[in-house]
Parts: sequence; structure tokens; C-alpha cells
Amino acid sequence: MHLEPFRQLSSGAVGRPNSLSWRLHLDAPLLAALIMLCLGGLLVLYSAADSNIEVIVRQTMRFGLGFAALFLFAQIPPRSYRFWAPVFYGIGLLLLVLVLFAGVHAMGAQRWLAIPGIGRFQPAEIMKLAVPAMVAWHFSERSLPPRFRDVLVVLAITLVPVALIARQPDLGTAILVAAGGLLVLFVAGLSWRLIAAAGALLAAAAPLMYFFVLHDYQRRRVDTFLNPEADPLGAGWNIIQSKTAIGSGGITGKGWLNGTQSRLDFLPESSTDFIVAVLGEEIGLVGILLLLATYLFIVGRSLMISWQAQDNFSRLLAASLALTFFIYVFVNIGMVSGLMPVVGVPLPLVSFGGTSIVTLLAGFGVLMSIHTHRKLLGH
Amino acid sequence: MRSPMTFKDHHRESRIFTVRLIWSALIVATLTLVLVARMAWLQAAQHDRYTTLSNQNRVQTQAIAPPRGLIYDRDGTLLAENQPDFSLALIPEQVPDLTATLNELAEIVNLDSHDIDRFRRRLQSPRRPWEPVPLRARLTETEIARIAVAQHAMPGVRIDADPIRHYPHGALFSHVLGYVNRISAEDLDEMDADEQANYSGTHYAGRIGVERHYERLLHGQAGYRKVETNARGRILRVLEEIPPQPGQDLQLHLDMRVQQAAWDALGERRGAVVAIDPRDGGVLAFVSRPGFDPNLFVTGISHQNYANYRDDHDQPLFNRALQGRYPPGSTVKPIIGLAGLDAGVTDWQRRIWDPGFYRIEGEERVFRDWRRQGHGWVDMHKAMVQSCDTYFYDMGFRLGIDRMAAFLSRFFIGVRSGIDLPSEARGILPSREWKRGARGQSWFHGDTINTSIGQGYMLTTPLQLALSTAVLARQGVPVVPRVARLAPPAPPLAPTVLEDNDHWQRMTRAMVDVVHGATGTARRVGQGSAYRIAGKSGTAQVFSLANDEEYNAEEIAERLRDHALFVAFAPADEPAIAVAVLVENGGSGGSSAGPVARATMDAWLLSETGEYRLPPPGLPEIVPDTLGGPVITDFPRTSQEDSRAP
Repeated sequence: MHLEPFRQLSSGAVGRPNSLSWRLHLDAPLLAALIMLCLGGLLVLYSAADSNIEVIVRQTMRFGLGFAALFLFAQIPPRSYRFWAPVFYGIGLLLLVLVLFAGVHAMGAQRWLAIPGIGRFQPAEIMKLAVPAMVAWHFSERSLPPRFRDVLVVLAITLVPVALIARQPDLGTAILVAAGGLLVLFVAGLSWRLIAAAGALLAAAAPLMYFFVLHDYQRRRVDTFLNPEADPLGAGWNIIQSKTAIGSGGITGKGWLNGTQSRLDFLPESSTDFIVAVLGEEIGLVGILLLLATYLFIVGRSLMISWQAQDNFSRLLAASLALTFFIYVFVNIGMVSGLMPVVGVPLPLVSFGGTSIVTLLAGFGVLMSIHTHRKLLGH
Repeated sequence: MRSPMTFKDHHRESRIFTVRLIWSALIVATLTLVLVARMAWLQAAQHDRYTTLSNQNRVQTQAIAPPRGLIYDRDGTLLAENQPDFSLALIPEQVPDLTATLNELAEIVNLDSHDIDRFRRRLQSPRRPWEPVPLRARLTETEIARIAVAQHAMPGVRIDADPIRHYPHGALFSHVLGYVNRISAEDLDEMDADEQANYSGTHYAGRIGVERHYERLLHGQAGYRKVETNARGRILRVLEEIPPQPGQDLQLHLDMRVQQAAWDALGERRGAVVAIDPRDGGVLAFVSRPGFDPNLFVTGISHQNYANYRDDHDQPLFNRALQGRYPPGSTVKPIIGLAGLDAGVTDWQRRIWDPGFYRIEGEERVFRDWRRQGHGWVDMHKAMVQSCDTYFYDMGFRLGIDRMAAFLSRFFIGVRSGIDLPSEARGILPSREWKRGARGQSWFHGDTINTSIGQGYMLTTPLQLALSTAVLARQGVPVVPRVARLAPPAPPLAPTVLEDNDHWQRMTRAMVDVVHGATGTARRVGQGSAYRIAGKSGTAQVFSLANDEEYNAEEIAERLRDHALFVAFAPADEPAIAVAVLVENGGSGGSSAGPVARATMDAWLLSETGEYRLPPPGLPEIVPDTLGGPVITDFPRTSQEDSRAP
């Protein structure tokens, strides 16, 4: 396939080398889509949080912090990321170990580190960037597709932090970090036979995982997923209520601020993990399609950026970040709509709170850096 | 920046990567389609289902119980009313520690183990989340105050005000009014869906008596209220409200004064009084003693109180007037006499010699008159006045059981009267068919002879006796007894027409002489009466006691005495009241039951100052609302719900 000419052509339309956005190392379409998503998300959040303006202020401040991180990360050239990747990864691992011993307990898990003067943060979030960067770094000097030895190295790089995060326990983040590492393997061209073998192994291990690895509450979530009606007032409540919210929204929804499920407190976690149910209830299928289109555009643009990247490290890292972003979306909406068990994954850039907003936007900063630090033909 | 690899390698890598990116894009697109499909399924295909679920979540339909109709006597005296009752209830979802809260509550209000057990049972039965579970009814003022003080520290504890039935006259009307008590699952099971819906907000239903018979009228039609609630059951707004239609108020024929007079005259003796206005069938008094306190039953009678009633040898829960079956004794002699006269087996001139006993020719067995030495020459009039048994043995034997039974049945003997009260006993009208069916034996002459003086197999209720007396007073026109003022049904019997209408007057004259004549068996009853009474005394033999009851020797002697009976109507020439009185083990009818009948009739026919006046037939128009007594329509619910929800 000779796609190289297209690769260069497609960058011509937007983000010309001389444009303002190019000089600021920003990608205008991606940035526009992200801002649109964040603004739309604020509207949904306003309703989900019972018109509480304070929630909006706090979320806006987080967005501010996130976009600052995006801008900052976009200025750093990809070779610096490549150079520092092992260091970041090492620091991340250290912090994760530290959380195990000195972390702050909250809500039955130990996920946070307290930093005097700043507050708390989740070291696991660093790994969402550090793990794919480290795996991409591994392939930066090697030829693709990955050999079996590479696979073992990547598994080691990925699964050590994943295991540490899963111990906290934080299944949602663990899944996302694992995805960040393993997706690099996939786009690097891991042979289908190995993928199939891994899939088979995972399927075989699932029942064992269920009985020996999962925590009780996680096992309950799986049970609930398989049969939510078994305990409608207990564990099944969340999923029944979110499906009811979405389903009752219909095509056009009940109107902004008029969702009875969320406004009357039937929908739990309505401003955090279950916020898409608020959108579905109040704006209906139309709102859901708009949201999915925005996400699809962001993922598509990110994949385009990775396609146009000029070295293995950049393209692998970019692709991993793009696809991990999509996994956020799929897992969250899948769980809220009852397609998969409840896993603590927020709806990216819409759900209230979490360090994830800053990490996610920083990730897009890395993507924009990759895009705007290219050497263009003819220059 | 170029990697140190060859261009060819780079090209190959780039191709691998591009292919994988295409795969990725395809997978992303597919998974997005999965999400879209899922959402479309929920929001388009299943939209109606989830809309219903969502509405069920937030919209609750609450039934509003209609206020129960009030019950008045004929003059508007309140006999059954609705009073506010304060009860204690818990919302289990709001109570952090149920056992601890119950213990705390037990310290400030009176809670026995029965209350707690009942509460736990209700807690186990299916219920809506956030629905209060009643713990105790009838809180006292002090208890309400104590709870109010402690309530802030006990989330989920609430005091509800509900209208509750109250019977201001207690036992006096207990057997005729009956009572309401908590509606049970069995009650609801017996209803069809519409009725169940109508009762969904109702806690009480009529159990016996008027309360039971007129349940549908008294209950009214439930209203409902659609409310929007949040997930914690807090009512946010009322979406729709249909008010209930209150139950119909009932005006009864019962007269407070007559009822009270009959009750007082019976005193502490066991017995029954039924008084009927023969002109319209209105039941003026309906007394069975001993009575019971119906108010004890309303919120659920305690085990101790119920055991007291159940184990009482006097059987206060037994409605003697409606369900007690007694041999009528000589009180049926006027009817048997008319039967004989009408059949032509005797006339007013015919005389027989009474040696004190009767013997069927050719048979050994002797049937004794109540007076050992006999009455000498006796005609019908004298046989009535002195209650001569021998005359009736002779006449009854020649009349035969078939004609006798046919005639008696026209006077409601062995026939249900159709009174507006549930569970009326039928009594026994003995006949050849009845004896073959019930006893498997053929009819003997001796049976006929016993029947002709109201003994033997014949059993009647005091109500039937009062009714037969009323028919007698109306000279054969059947009367339908009515407790409540509502259009009576057609009489179940056709009028009785005699061959010679004169028999009615002559029989009445004989009954007047029973009370007013110098030799009448009840001559003490008529003394000083401002009006003329036609009456007949009766005595019913008690043969044995029920096996399952234990009595001491003194009680046995008392309980083997004859039952005393008396029937009468007055004034004799234009009857306005017909009375039947039964005094269990009262001995002689004339002296024991007669005065009770007199007191009952006096209360009806004499004014408060003791002057005779004939009460007009029918019922006075009353306007219940002006009669005082609280008419409670709706109670604001004390709602502390949710304000202390965690």
C-alpha cells in the first residue's frame, strides 16, 4: 500500500505550518472538538448535579487545569517524551508502591497520595501516560512487528503497574492502564495468532479470576450484571435505574433539567460515572448520537495524527492514547447502558471530578505535540 | 528525524502500522455502532416500557380512604362516629437500628410483646419501600407528648392521625350495630378487583351487625391522589387528586330511649329484647345481654380481653336476639289457636274438661298441664288467658302437625325474617319432613302434642317471636323487620287471610285479658298501664346443659331453670309496638319477662313525662350535620418523612 502521499496531503487542509495553531503546537480541529465536548459536558453536569453552580465552578477549574496541561504538554517535542519515558515510568512505579504503604484510605480503597499544600492525587493516573510511553519507547529502536521476546517485555512493563493498581483496588484504572500498554502491541502489529491465543487464555482464565482474583464487591458487580433483577433494591438498583433513565428519554428526551430519574434522585452517581444516563434521559437518543459523534471525531482525528506521525515511538504512543480514550467511552457507556458489568470508569471529559480530566487533556497535549513537531516534506 | 533503519524496513513497518490503524478504526466504528444500537434499543424499541418504569418510580397512586358513614338512631342520636386516633408507625428504611429504636420507644410508650410481634409480622409481609409500618394505635396524650419530645433523636418514627370508629354507647348497641375492625388479607381475597381497589386505602371493615350488613354503603367510594415522589418516597407534588365519596350516613329505626329501657329492664340477666313497630317493620329495640364493648375490637382486641369474653359462661359475644334459638313455649299459643280456629277444629264456644292432664285415647302416655289440678271447663278464651295446656293438647292433636306447621310458617316460625343484619338464625319449624330429614325418624302423635304448646322440637329466635307478634298485631299482614331506614324489600310471605276475620279481634281480646284480666297469667304486667296491652307469657323448659361447659352446683341449679318468655303488642286496638322478651333461666314468663316488655313499650308509647301518646309511624327527618358530633372528613398526615433521611 502506498499511502505516503495521502499522509502528507491530508495535513494540508488544517494546521498549516504557518498558522497560529501550528506555531502554538496545537491542533485546531482536535482542540475545537475537545472544547465542544467539555462545554456540552458542563451543561449535562449542571442538570445532573441538581443545578448546583458550585459543581460547575469546580469542574470548570479542573478543565482550566487540564487545558493548561494540554498546552504545556503540546510544547514538549516527542523526542523529549521518548527520552524521559523510562524515568517517568520509574517514578510512577515508585509512587504506586508508595500508595500501597502510605496512601490515603477512602471509599474502601487506597488510591491517593496526599501532597502537603496541593491535596491528593492518584499516582495511577500518571501510568495512563507513562505505560504507553514506556511501551512505545521499547519499540522506538526496534523493528516492527514485535517478536515474542518483545511481547514478554511489554507484558512486564504493563502488568507490574496494573497489578499494583488492581490491588488498591481500582479495577477501572487498571483496565485503562493495561489497555494503554497492550494497545501499543496491537498497533505495532502483534500477530493475530498471538492475539487469538491470548484471547483464548483470557476466556479460560475468566472463571478462575472470578473466584480467586476479584474482590467480593467486584464479584457482586459481575453477578449484578448477569442478573440485575435478582436484587432490584440492592446491587441491581444502579443499572436498573440507569437503563430506565436512558430508555425513558426516548428519541428527543424529556428536556434539559427535566429528567425525572436524575432530578428525583432515582439515578445514583448521576454526576460521575452514570452521567451519560442523564444525557440520554434529558436529550434522548439525539444527545447520545451527538456525544458519540464528538467522541468518534476526537478518536478519528487522534488516529489520523498517529497515522501521520513519523517515527515508531510517536505513532505507537499516539495510537495508544487515541484508542485508550475510546475504551473509556465504550466501557463507560457500555456499563451505564447495561452492556457490561459496572466498572469504575468515568465518561471522559464529561463525568464530574477525578484526576482523569487532567491526565486525559495532558494526553491530548502529547498528541498535539506529536502532530505539530513533524518535519514536513517540502520544507 | 529518521530512525537508523533502511527505507525498506521503514516502509514495511509503516505499512504494518497503517493496516493496524485501519483495523483499529474498524473496531472503533463497530463498537460505536454497538453502543448506538444499544441506545436505540433502549430509547426507541423499549422506550414505552422504560417510560412506564420511570413513571412507576416517581408517580405513586395513593388511595384516599373515604370517611365512613355515621350511624344515627331515629332521632339523630349518634351511635357510631369517627374520631381521630393517633398511632405510632416506623419507616424501617429511615431507622438506623430497629431493635435499638424499639427499645427506646418501649421506654416512653406502652408496648407489649403483642404489639412488637404484630409489628414484626407486618414488617415481613410485602410492602412498598418507605411505607410506614404501624406499631401501636390509640396513643394517649401523654405518649404523644413523650414521642414528640424524643422524636428528633429517632429518625423514621412518626405519629399518624387516622379516623377511627367509635361507639359512644358502648355495649348498649353492641349486638345490633356490630363493629368494624382491621381489614384482613382474607377479607381482601374475597373481594373482586374493583372492590379491592376501592378498599386499598381503607384499614377497617364492618365485621358484624349493621356495620357488616351495610358495609358497602357505609364505606363509600375511595378517592385517589397521584403524587410525584423522589427516590426516598418524599412527596414533591400532587399531580392529580380525585376526592373520595364519603360513606352514606345511616338513620336507624332504633330508638335510643326504647333500647335503653329494654337494656335496663333486663338488668344483669341474660336475655334478649326485640321490639318492632308493626306499622312499618322498624326495629325499635334490639337488645341482647350481656353485651360487649365494641370499641375494644376496633383496633384489634387484646388476647386477654378476648379470652375474657370467650371464656365467660354468659357468652357476651353471642347475639341471643338474632341467633339464640329457644323453644317459644306458650307464646305461640295465639298462633296455634288461630290455626285451630281457622281449620275449624275448634271455635270460641267449644269447651273441654281439663283434669290437669291430657291423654290420647287408647294410649298410656299422659301430657300434663302446667297446673297440676287442671283448669276445669276451658274454652279458647280461658285457655289463652290462663295458658291452659290441656286445651291446646286436645286442639293441636285434632289439628295435626301438617296444618299446624303450615300456619306457623306464615308467622315466620322457622323462616328467616330477612332483617338487615347478617347471620340470622332460622330456628326450627318441626314437621314430618323436618323430622325425617334431621332425625331420620317418623312423626309421632306425642310430637304434635308437644308442638302445640311450643315445646318439643320447635326453636325460635327472639327476633322471630317479635316478628310473629307484629304479624299478629297487623292481623296477618307480613312485616319486614328493618334496622336501617332504607326501602325494605318485598315481604317474603303473602298476607294471611282467615275464613272468619273476627278471629283476629277475639284473639287480641284474649291476649288483652292475659295482661289486664283478673285471672291473666301476666296481670301484674298491665297494672297502671295508660294503654291496653295484648300479650302472652311463655315458659320454655331447659333440658340439659352443653357438655363442654363446666358449672358449679349453684350455677347448675340456676341454669336449669326455665327460660322466661313474653310477647306483646300495644296499644291493642291500634298497635304501634310489638315486643318479644326472653330471659334465660328467668322462670315464669309473666313475672320475669313481662315487666321487661312493659318497660320497653312504655318507653315507646309514653312521653318523657309519662303521658301516653301514639308515636307517628315512619321516621323523622333528621339533618345529621346539625346534630353535633364530629364529622371527620380528612386528616392531614403528619409528615416528618424524609426530612431526617440519611
